[in-house]
Amino acid sequence: MNEALITLIVELEDRPGQLLKVLEPISKMGGNVVGIVHQRGKKTPLNRLPVEISFKIDSKKVDRLIESIRSAGIIIRSFNEVRLTATTSVLLIGHLIHTDISDTIKSIDVDGEAECVEMHVSMPEIFGPSTAIITISASGNEKLREAVEKLREICRRKKITMIEPINEDLI
Amino acid sequence: MIKIAIVGFGTVGQGFAELLERKREEIERTIGKFRVVAIADSKSSISGDFSIGDAIKMKRERRRLRDDGRAEEIIEELDFDVLVEATYTKLDGGDGLDYIRKALKKGSHVITSNKGPLVADFRGLMSLAERNGVKLMYEATVGGAMPVIKLARRYLAFCEIEGVRGILNGTCNYILSRMEEERLPYEQILNEAQELGIAEADPTYDVEGIDAAAKLVIIANTIGVDAKFEDVERIGIEKITPEAFSVAREKGYTIRLIAEVSKRALRVSPRLVPLSHPLAIKGTMNAAMFKTDTAGNIFVAGRGAGKEETASAMLSDLYDIYAGN
Repeated sequence: MNEALITLIVELEDRPGQLLKVLEPISKMGGNVVGIVHQRGKKTPLNRLPVEISFKIDSKKVDRLIESIRSAGIIIRSFNEVRLTATTSVLLIGHLIHTDISDTIKSIDVDGEAECVEMHVSMPEIFGPSTAIITISASGNEKLREAVEKLREICRRKKITMIEPINEDLI
Repeated sequence: MIKIAIVGFGTVGQGFAELLERKREEIERTIGKFRVVAIADSKSSISGDFSIGDAIKMKRERRRLRDDGRAEEIIEELDFDVLVEATYTKLDGGDGLDYIRKALKKGSHVITSNKGPLVADFRGLMSLAERNGVKLMYEATVGGAMPVIKLARRYLAFCEIEGVRGILNGTCNYILSRMEEERLPYEQILNEAQELGIAEADPTYDVEGIDAAAKLVIIANTIGVDAKFEDVERIGIEKITPEAFSVAREKGYTIRLIAEVSKRALRVSPRLVPLSHPLAIKGTMNAAMFKTDTAGNIFVAGRGAGKEETASAMLSDLYDIYAGN
């Protein structure tokens, strides 16, 4: 089973029993709720309360679940499958532009569960080596490690010096 | 009476001899009377009736000792309890490896400051020492005065050491922390370090991470990881740009050459270190962080090189042999 971590934001009327309409279908389909946050400070003009619910579920059931919550009359503001929870920065030194930096960065992608979310390049001379710090986010430490490993491999091939952080989780 | 023989009489050997003399009273109060029965280098020696002061003077003035007998003969022919081996490091073990083996086989303890023999044959030497009922001590091989080896072997006993990360080369740390401060190119800071005597004329051994890798191999073996020099993934500091420090700082990092051993890694490479992390240390300092299962993280720092610092580590080994139990 390919488990997905879903973050769902719904708008609920502020009266008893509303949250249950969302939780029941999740539970019935075998989902595991990992967090619920009531965004009480962000009430909508119509006095509805945004609630963020995070849960893990078999990714094949996601569409059916969303449909079932919707049909119970719940307003779904947004949902996304992956919440990028693990983040790290990596520094790259070398001929980054001439070795196709966008290709380098694409290599990080791990089934959509890890990606480069930020980059800052410093290139003092056009033909000299440039330096970049990139921030990678992933759905968890394991995926993050995988992404860093992929980047390490491509940097080795392109003769880019990669400087990794001393991150306690990655030891 | 503890009889000490010293082979290798350069900076480290002389430093140790001087410290023995200067602290004689305190040392003898703790471990009992001792005497340096012989000193030797690669081409000369002195034994029998002599004083440490005379030997040092002779070596400095004439660049050799009184007699023609060399280190090898001294070890084979003389009777001593402890061999202090302070010859120059060669990664294949060099003469030092031979001296240490001979001394251990004779049943004498060995204190060494020389990384080479341990990098070349750590397990072999340790089991040789054990078979002969003697100790092989090597605190001075890693981190100078900073206690690393006895910390791991003795004070973290029964801890599982999950990993060690350290700054084990003062020259690289000096260069990187100066680049961080001045945002000047590597070559320029290297020149400065060479003028100050912090870097050698040929800096390869330091800046390519060879020295740090040798020390890492010794730490790894000490904590039970069977590592060889060739196993170390090694990246030096020559390619680091001044801009690297600027972009790293924006994310709250600096850059240091970190030696790391754990279940996943055996490597020496430049790493991003959070500015607030204890390993973001400056200048020629050395530092090491031990990650353990029961004692949490243990951090040590100190001066990684220098005549007295190295000699102080060797004295602590002498203490351990005779008064450590």
